[in-house]
Amino acid sequence: MSAVTPEIQRISGMRRFKDKGVQALVYLAFAIAVVPLVSVLWLVISNGLARFDMEFLTHSMRNIGARDAGGGAYHAIIGTLEQVALASLISVPIGLLTAVYLVEYGTNGRLKRSISFFVDIMTGVPSVVAGLFILAFWILILGMPFSGWAGAMALSILMLPTVVRSAEEMLMLVPNDLREASYALGVSKWRTIVKVVLPTAFTGIVTGVMLAIARVAGETAPLLLTVFFTDSINEDPFNGPQMGLPLYVFDQAARPNDTAIDRAWAGALTLIVIIMLLNLAARLITYWRSPARKR
Amino acid sequence: MAKQIEVTDVDAYYGSHKAIEGINMTIDARAVTAFIGPSGCGKSTFLRTLNRMHEVIPGARVEGKIRMEEQDLYGSDVDPVSVRRTIGMVFQRPNPFPTMSIYDNVAAGLRLNHRYSKSQLDTIVEDSLKGANLWNEVKDRLNKPGSGLSGGQQQRLCIARAIAVQPQVLLMDEPCSALDPISTLAIEDLISKLKQEFTIVIVTHNMQQAARVSDKTAFFNLAAQGQPGKLIEMDETTKIFTSPTQKATEDYITGRFG
Ligand SMILES: Nc1ncnc2c1ncn2[C@@H]1O[C@H](COP(=O)(O)OP(=O)(O)OP(=O)(O)O)[C@@H](O)[C@H]1O
Ligand SMILES: [Mg+2]
Repeated sequence: MSAVTPEIQRISGMRRFKDKGVQALVYLAFAIAVVPLVSVLWLVISNGLARFDMEFLTHSMRNIGARDAGGGAYHAIIGTLEQVALASLISVPIGLLTAVYLVEYGTNGRLKRSISFFVDIMTGVPSVVAGLFILAFWILILGMPFSGWAGAMALSILMLPTVVRSAEEMLMLVPNDLREASYALGVSKWRTIVKVVLPTAFTGIVTGVMLAIARVAGETAPLLLTVFFTDSINEDPFNGPQMGLPLYVFDQAARPNDTAIDRAWAGALTLIVIIMLLNLAARLITYWRSPARKR
Repeated sequence: MAKQIEVTDVDAYYGSHKAIEGINMTIDARAVTAFIGPSGCGKSTFLRTLNRMHEVIPGARVEGKIRMEEQDLYGSDVDPVSVRRTIGMVFQRPNPFPTMSIYDNVAAGLRLNHRYSKSQLDTIVEDSLKGANLWNEVKDRLNKPGSGLSGGQQQRLCIARAIAVQPQVLLMDEPCSALDPISTLAIEDLISKLKQEFTIVIVTHNMQQAARVSDKTAFFNLAAQGQPGKLIEMDETTKIFTSPTQKATEDYITGRFG
């Protein structure tokens, strides 16, 4: 035997070294990414807990004087929940249908390309501009009052492109095999979309919608221009000024006394908790719906 | 309820590319017809023209006539959805719906089209699974996802799903190519059993399989890469495998070909 017989070699020291080095870099990158996240959370929690109590969650700022302690954000919580719910009610159906059109029906036509183009442009619209648009169109031209609904419309302008894009991505991931399997059973196209394509993409679409909601729930600028301010509870989103949590934080933080600053931190904490709860709910829904669970 | 299919001068295109040309044949009712031929000669394309699945590909179109018992499948007022309901299809790779249970997969074609009572569905699902020789293996886990089955079981599930809608014709595109020999045998047995009720067309690269299961065999070939595929010869399977009239067929069958 003259040829060198291949033998099983040990991992060389160099390779071990490289492996450890790259691993260290990966962990370092992770740590760096986590630092701002954790410090923001820490700051908000440690400062917000001071006023994060029952009174804060159940009372408004009505009849609370400039220097008084007490008061709460109930009116702002109600406002944010209603505005975000209305905004989702507008943008999720429209966004989902748009995505279905783009993926399932628009076969490279002009319409498809122009819709894609405008969705991309909408992604880049600064949030103030969305607020200004509703202010100019709805409130100044049509003469409608400031209201939670106006705020919801501004937010939905910001949500729409995110919903369309994420739903589109998810629908494109559904393998064509499944569509064909359904066609081959003599199932019509729209039923295939409703019963096979959308359920398959369901988890991803829910995640996308949650991200869109989380993004707009913290928007201040468009609310500033559309829902106005109020210190009292207004449960009707269609009539009169409402409050929103981001506005509340913005308002309280600008006041000079410590009691107001504490309320601002508590408001920020409340917003984070709400988003967290929403995300948790979405996780539960997708977990509960996932085929893997039934195995 | 099996029906015969009559094909006259069919061409199929992908955009401007002509994939098959001038196909003429008669597919007998209650018999198994096998399509054989080298890769890329248009067997799958032709199979898909038979139940109007070809046209779901953007840019794809079909010319010529395909009739099923005097009914023109490509008539201008014919609903392609109803054509696919009458001519079912099983794909090369098993593709059970991942979000549905075994039961729901079999019931899918029924439920997605009409309303059935629970007991009607139960009967049809059981019959179809029995028809696909799968009932005994899955009867205790009908509510588990179909993706949890083995490849061979998944393929039989897809066959059960296809026969549940009571088609007249069943098209199968290399239904065994992703399966082990045992599952392949199970499916071949199934095909022989199904031909009493359905007209069956099967594409296969396995000569023995064609010889074992089919009554008639059609050999497709293409003159050169980029040329459209053509039907070279079609006859009784025994005739094709013992004394084909065309030289190309003989070369292909005996393995003297690319
Ligand atoms: N979706 C498609 N778009 C464009 N051309 C296609 C498409 N599918 C197939 N073709 C072309 O059509 C011709 C026939 O393909 P087809 O899939 O029918 O071959 P086949 O005989 O089934 O081959 P195989 O035995 O490998 O499955 C080939 O030249 C192929 O490149
Ligand atoms: Mg093929």
